[in-house]
Amino acid sequence: MSAGTAALSPPRTDGPGPVLEVTGLSISFSEGRRRRDVVHDIDLAVAPGRCVAVVGESGSGKSVTARALLGLAGRTARVHAERLSVAGADLRNADERAWRRVRGASAGLVLQDALVSLDPLRTIGREIADPLRIHLRMPPAEARARALELLELVGMPHPALAIDRRSGELSGGMRQRALIAAALALDPPLLIADEPTTALDVGVQARVLGLLEEARDRGTGVLLISHDLAVVSRVADHVVVLHDGRVVEQGPAAEILGAPRHPITRALIAAVPTDVPRGEALSRAAAADPEPPVAPSAPSADGTAAAGGRRPVEAAPAEAPPMSADPRVARDAEAPVLEGFGLAKSFGSGATAVHAVADASFRLHRGRTLGLVGESGSGKSTLARLVLGLTPPDAGEVRLDGGAWSTLVERDRRPLRPRIGAVYQDALGSFDPRWSVRRILRDALGAARMPASDAAVAALLEQVHLSPELAARHPLALSGGQRQRVAIARALAGSPGILVCDEPVSALDATVQARVLDLFDELQRKHGLAILLISHDLGVIRHMSDTIAVMRSGRIIEQGDADRVFTSPQHEATAALIRDSPRLVPRAPGTNR
Amino acid sequence: MSDLELSNRAVSGRALPRPPRVGTMLALAFVAYLIVATAWPAVLQPYDPDAIAPRDAFDPPSPAHWFGTDESGRDVYSRVVEGTAASLLIGVSATAIGLALGLLLGALAGLGGRVLDFAVGRVNEVLFAFPGILLALLIIVLWGPGPVTATIAVGLSTAPGYARIIRGELVRVRGSSYVEAARVLGHGRGRVLLRHILPNALAPITVLATLGIGQAVVWASALSYLGLGAQPPAAEWGAMLAAGRTYITTAWWLTVFPGLMIVLTTITTTVLGRVLAARDGAAR
Repeated sequence: MSAGTAALSPPRTDGPGPVLEVTGLSISFSEGRRRRDVVHDIDLAVAPGRCVAVVGESGSGKSVTARALLGLAGRTARVHAERLSVAGADLRNADERAWRRVRGASAGLVLQDALVSLDPLRTIGREIADPLRIHLRMPPAEARARALELLELVGMPHPALAIDRRSGELSGGMRQRALIAAALALDPPLLIADEPTTALDVGVQARVLGLLEEARDRGTGVLLISHDLAVVSRVADHVVVLHDGRVVEQGPAAEILGAPRHPITRALIAAVPTDVPRGEALSRAAAADPEPPVAPSAPSADGTAAAGGRRPVEAAPAEAPPMSADPRVARDAEAPVLEGFGLAKSFGSGATAVHAVADASFRLHRGRTLGLVGESGSGKSTLARLVLGLTPPDAGEVRLDGGAWSTLVERDRRPLRPRIGAVYQDALGSFDPRWSVRRILRDALGAARMPASDAAVAALLEQVHLSPELAARHPLALSGGQRQRVAIARALAGSPGILVCDEPVSALDATVQARVLDLFDELQRKHGLAILLISHDLGVIRHMSDTIAVMRSGRIIEQGDADRVFTSPQHEATAALIRDSPRLVPRAPGTNR
Repeated sequence: MSDLELSNRAVSGRALPRPPRVGTMLALAFVAYLIVATAWPAVLQPYDPDAIAPRDAFDPPSPAHWFGTDESGRDVYSRVVEGTAASLLIGVSATAIGLALGLLLGALAGLGGRVLDFAVGRVNEVLFAFPGILLALLIIVLWGPGPVTATIAVGLSTAPGYARIIRGELVRVRGSSYVEAARVLGHGRGRVLLRHILPNALAPITVLATLGIGQAVVWASALSYLGLGAQPPAAEWGAMLAAGRTYITTAWWLTVFPGLMIVLTTITTTVLGRVLAARDGAAR
């Protein structure tokens, strides 16, 4: 705490009075007879034309703070503040009617999940017109015209058509834009955005952030709630770091992101994988092992900080052949453990057929990571299913350890299955809901014809740095990071040579994500694992991968050495993907790019 | 924040198993009573249920005859106890028949591939077009009245409902990511079916079956009341209702007490079904 005390004074506000002013905000929830404090004594101020970001891990109290500012904290919440004013109106003892005047008119709210935030039975035109009709009593025709203007303002493609669509008929990015249009309808002086880009592809994310920037530049005060420091660094002028419901540090964005003082802030920043080179530990606890992966050695248990675990360049694998054109196999001594040739898979038939994967070829070597990146719907997960032998390819072949794999009948493939482990995004969903951790791991050991003893289960848990005591627990009683570790332990049960990881860290907090990525790195070094890593997050891909394959509309449009792809992308879409990916770059305070 | 801290919160945040509530206790007590009445009715019967005593006919409820006596002077309470076995037997076996058939049809549709799914689905839709009781009446018309026919009729008419739900559960679980994970681990089809698909798909069905027993008891009693199930001399709740109807204005106890038993049985199975459902929900 002491490190941040100097910066704890409310942010400097220049120009006209702040659109949001909060001092001493505390929130507690009643749980049965007890009260649980979730937010302690927070001060916040947002000036017009400025963007203040509240960052922190899940459970730090960010979202509940945002909701409390609109009187939406819920019935069991007790909100106390010495001062709470939105656009000059004192809301400390506001009743529901007073809040309703604030919502929409003085403060717009943009939520993370636009699919559930929009009424599926109403057209987005009506959703956007709602605040106009409620607050301004605007006639329907006029409100509709204004809604159309707003949709144009937020860059909705074909606004005249989109206005009559329902949320289910729109893509994620379009829904998010509709939601922002609704929040901006009355041109409120304050816009509160709670994780507005979390579920979106980078390209769409960049456009949504652009909208927030435009609103800010028009003079709207923006309160951005996010766990993603890269996003924050792009738009925020001022950053407030929350941890366990307390402000641990706050100050100008450049200062906080460039020279963080509090350990929590430092951990959050270190966990952003974007600019950390390959092989470097993201979490402070874990140590990087300097040994090349082909000569495995266990990292010391006490976590000696071996600096700069970057691999020797000579040991780096040959750049995977770009498509099937250039088979420069000779540069790599070892044969690939996993190969795909001209893979294709489509769903449906005739004119409506969707070509999920078309002519995809790749190679994966022992001890190496192939990063597969692309927007949602680009065919990444279908490719993973082809590799896992869950669905047969329409054309092409997957070969495992130089032998047949995708051409095998299931009966012959089954004994080979322990050679490939799989880790999914939703770890909890991948466990039988009735099973304990012990039963899950025993079952996996049994499938690989390994002795399913308690000792073997404990050994697996130890490998992923979990206490063997967790074996008795049910996955429901574990945290997200622990669940993913159990999933990794399960994938390791058959001592596989290959791990296929489909968005393994997308559902995790930045710091937990960092520790899980470090675990993958450590396991790779220890066992010489070949990893096929699928992610939409370029930062994760860059940090983890030796080679990168970029997918778009089912095709691998670019493939090659990770550094090469990032420094000189050959394909325009790759360049766009890299450009749109938010990076942790502290801006000078007050500058508007 | 470490993983451990988070997990502690997750553990403490979960509701601890609550002690069973009064309703649940009462329901369990009534089930115990029904079991005794079915297995050893004599333990609970103060009189012979078939002993005629014309002089005591139409006695209202009294300390001697708790539920009064009927037109032949038989003790209504003893007859209600006697009828438990018949009514419950019909209810339970009808549910078992419905469940077995539903399981078969549901498994065919849910696991047997697209053609079977389509075929079973259309047959189900035809059966659904008729109200269940109408279907039961049709079967009785074809096979003649009697307790066995009534049981089969009720069972058959509940089958389409079970089949549809079982199919839906099987399809849901089959497509779940833990079933895929089991395949990726290298487990065979049969093992995945037995270890994952059936247990997870059928857990909600136990709840449904518990609720279904009450429904089946009501239906079976309704058929007996219409003279299509158990025949009048037999002490069966529905048949007793039918026999007492003639005297409903003068001797209300002839109809009220058997009716009360039907109502209590249904409420009991509903309460227990809901308890099971809540436990099942907490486990996932």
